[in-house]
Amino acid sequence: MSESSVAIARPTGAVGTRGPLRRLWLRNALQGWGFILPNFVGFALLTMVPVVTLFYYAFTSWNAFGKAKFTGVENFVRMWNDGSFWTALWNTVYYTAFHIPLTLVVSLGLALLLNRRIRGLAFFRTAAFFPYITSIVAIAVVWNTLFSPDYGPINQFLRAIGIDNPPGWTASATWSMPAVIIVGTWREMGYYMLLFLAGLQTVPRELYEAARVDGANRWQQFWGVTLPMLRPTTFFVTVMLTIGSFKVFDLILVMTEGGPGQSTLVLSQYIYQKGFYENDFGYASAVSIVLFAICIAVTVIQFLYNKRKDA
Amino acid sequence: MMAVVAEAPDIDLAAVLDGPPRDHNRSRVSLVGRILLYVVLVIAAALVLLPFYWMVASSLKTNNEVFTVPVQWWPSVPQWENYVTIWVKSDMLTWLKNTLFLSVVVTALQVFTGSFAAYGFSKTRFPGRDVLFLAYIGTIAVPWQSYMIPQFILFSKLGLSNTLWSIVALQAFGAFGVFLMKQYFDTIPEELSEAARLDGLSEFGIYRRIMMPLSVPAIASLTLLMFVTTWNDFLGPLVYLRSPDLWTIQLGLRTFISQYNAEYALIMTGSVLSVLPILIVFLLGQRYFLEGIATSGMKG
Repeated sequence: MSESSVAIARPTGAVGTRGPLRRLWLRNALQGWGFILPNFVGFALLTMVPVVTLFYYAFTSWNAFGKAKFTGVENFVRMWNDGSFWTALWNTVYYTAFHIPLTLVVSLGLALLLNRRIRGLAFFRTAAFFPYITSIVAIAVVWNTLFSPDYGPINQFLRAIGIDNPPGWTASATWSMPAVIIVGTWREMGYYMLLFLAGLQTVPRELYEAARVDGANRWQQFWGVTLPMLRPTTFFVTVMLTIGSFKVFDLILVMTEGGPGQSTLVLSQYIYQKGFYENDFGYASAVSIVLFAICIAVTVIQFLYNKRKDA
Repeated sequence: MMAVVAEAPDIDLAAVLDGPPRDHNRSRVSLVGRILLYVVLVIAAALVLLPFYWMVASSLKTNNEVFTVPVQWWPSVPQWENYVTIWVKSDMLTWLKNTLFLSVVVTALQVFTGSFAAYGFSKTRFPGRDVLFLAYIGTIAVPWQSYMIPQFILFSKLGLSNTLWSIVALQAFGAFGVFLMKQYFDTIPEELSEAARLDGLSEFGIYRRIMMPLSVPAIASLTLLMFVTTWNDFLGPLVYLRSPDLWTIQLGLRTFISQYNAEYALIMTGSVLSVLPILIVFLLGQRYFLEGIATSGMKG
């Protein structure tokens, strides 16, 4: 830190070294905190306190009335034997397992297509990005009509190209999750495309020149130059996509409400259901801990893996 | 988490927004290749935008026309009166008013307290600063859904639930604004502040007279991103706003759907109306939008 340089800059003479230094230190601290405080008060109370108390509520039984009763690991034992919890967890993993690779490929593909000077570039980028900023409710409404099994445009199209038994989409337990994954990918690809576009800007052009001199074709350039150089971006995008996928909720709630049956029930929604419909706050907090732990664990694992590859 | 964020690559914003430098070897790309590229792009754009087209076209149809075999791509007689009917049948005005209020208040608070705190994190030094910033970043990686229950309990105790202020409290002090503004402040050279300090400007003076004017693009990005996020938020209002007179456009629209579930055309009309303000905001500030995402790389 800069304290030594400060001491040199301000010869202290008769006053002694400690006094003014400490005063400077104090002044810096006060100034720093002064700037942070207005936001920090809100942040600490409204975000940090809930995150910390989550770990207390998870070990209690509480129905919103009366006091929370400490019950130890009871909630977690109950979770272990709770079929709906496992269904929600499995569905969340299902969504994540397909949503991540699909979105990675599509958004990287879009970024590669749009990483050049062409006419109408702004239009194409805006088009790809627009789904990301429109409201989930409107999106869900529109896609539900598009997916409508009998008269929806998608199935009409599928029949027209000779598929006699098109999927039932959100009306079918088998196809509801794929339908949600398609919409989720459509919605988010523009956002990640933008991150990939930003990453592509950091690839030095000389590398391509060198690869061309060595006779690499476009495909080899992609594997040999683009992809390795994009690794920090890909890593970042994967982490964000993972967290995003594990917390998926709004889209599913509005499109399918977790159904048909429990075919699209996900963890966040299960927390919501237990907490706000059944007032089972203790148990809902315990399920929250699982979601919390998964997100932190996945982030740490991905980080360690990335670090090892860097070394 | 700090390390994760640090991994976000350095970005040349101008290049992201304007595309790469002109390729002098363009002759290498054949005419056929370029035509093919355009065909692919036009088809992709059409597919991406199709749902929006469908939404607008359906909003002008009669209910029966929404679902027909074969698909009717444009209404035989556009039903403009759908756009009048929806105001009569729903509380659209209340919903829009609430949503606008929330979006403006939340955005203003995020920008003011966020940029202020970001200055503290970026330009002042004090013990514990980096640990504190790590705590801010950490909450971006923790999904809101995992702590919404204890937060709800806390808000109820504070008497905030079922008031519009609950959404303000929920969104206004998030880490996102702090993070985005700090990323930007970090790029402003320290020499500027040093010079100002020598001239006797206070820290607050530096913030107000130097940092603020220099970070107009970042402020614009944050403003747009927060406005849109708050406008589109569904889960927060769903948890906290129980009385119909507090509903936002998203909640209102969803109730309208379940109430009039056979009025497909009207539902589409409502959807168009809920997206329209965002479309306008987006087209006005498109450049700042993309810049904000490229700078911050994440959203709360």
